[in-house]
Amino acid sequence: MKEKNGDKTLKYSLYFLSSIVLLYVFLFLLTPRKIYHSLQIALHIFIQIIPVIIAVITLMGISNYFLKPKTVTKYLGKESGVRGWVLAICFGILSHGSIYVWYPLLKELYRHGIRTGLIAAFLYNRAVKIPLIPLMIFYFGIPFVVILTIYTIVASVVEGKVLEGINHLSPVIEE
Amino acid sequence: MERNIKKTDGRQKQLIVAFHKALKSFISALPTITGVVLLIGLFKTFITPKMITSVFTGEPFKDTVLGSLFGSILTGNPITSYIIGGELLKDGVSLFAVTAFIVAWVTVGIFQLPAEALFLGKKFALIRNILSFVLAIVVAVATVLTLEVIII
Repeated sequence: MKEKNGDKTLKYSLYFLSSIVLLYVFLFLLTPRKIYHSLQIALHIFIQIIPVIIAVITLMGISNYFLKPKTVTKYLGKESGVRGWVLAICFGILSHGSIYVWYPLLKELYRHGIRTGLIAAFLYNRAVKIPLIPLMIFYFGIPFVVILTIYTIVASVVEGKVLEGINHLSPVIEE
Repeated sequence: MERNIKKTDGRQKQLIVAFHKALKSFISALPTITGVVLLIGLFKTFITPKMITSVFTGEPFKDTVLGSLFGSILTGNPITSYIIGGELLKDGVSLFAVTAFIVAWVTVGIFQLPAEALFLGKKFALIRNILSFVLAIVVAVATVLTLEVIII
């Protein structure tokens, strides 16, 4: 069953990539210079995310080895309580790189038993970027950054709770 | 002694299997990630910060919703959102709109939606992004109002 799911993911992934490549080919015929520039930007992004990709693969490997469903359920599952929320918030704040690089790891964690709300809280807290705080202070000032950070964390819990409420009525993540 | 060697071999095998599984799982994600990166490349070429600034109207509520909307559509390094946000403030756009813009920039991802839906399900991706869009407006209003109370 899991194998079938993996094949399905790969199949849809390839459909998605093919449609983007076709879009590039079509636009290349209209504006080759701009498409060349787009490719350069994409290549630059790729080079930037390579370290994150390596980190995510390593984390996935480690989590596959150490994190058994029982452990995930204990710390991030239904019974995890406040500790689960705190962990999701902290991991979200500390995680780096593009959001889409983290989806495979989150899917793995979901299979191991992580709560839906905690996935949402993790994703929302990526809005808090510790290394970028000095730059944010430069543009908007300390009080703004402190207040915004607090409200962002609160909003992440609200979003997680709402998603869990909906999930309780009918599952939001399909296996 | 033999038992210990067998135990170590078993652990090594488990470790290899764990990393093989991780790599396999990531390889299946690679076409989606490549697609999203290519899409961002197109977007950055065709949409300029000037185009974004020209959209705001001067009405605080409408601009806040627009800020959240544009933050949801636009993507890239958050540094870019701070720079655009700073420019928008200079151009007289309200702090409500700018805050909604920078919050939605990182919490909502229209370009990443296909990837999110593929891995976490369409329903999860849609509901989470809609909620994040609304929350960007709520967070913006709450932040600016609190700031005003504190400063006064």
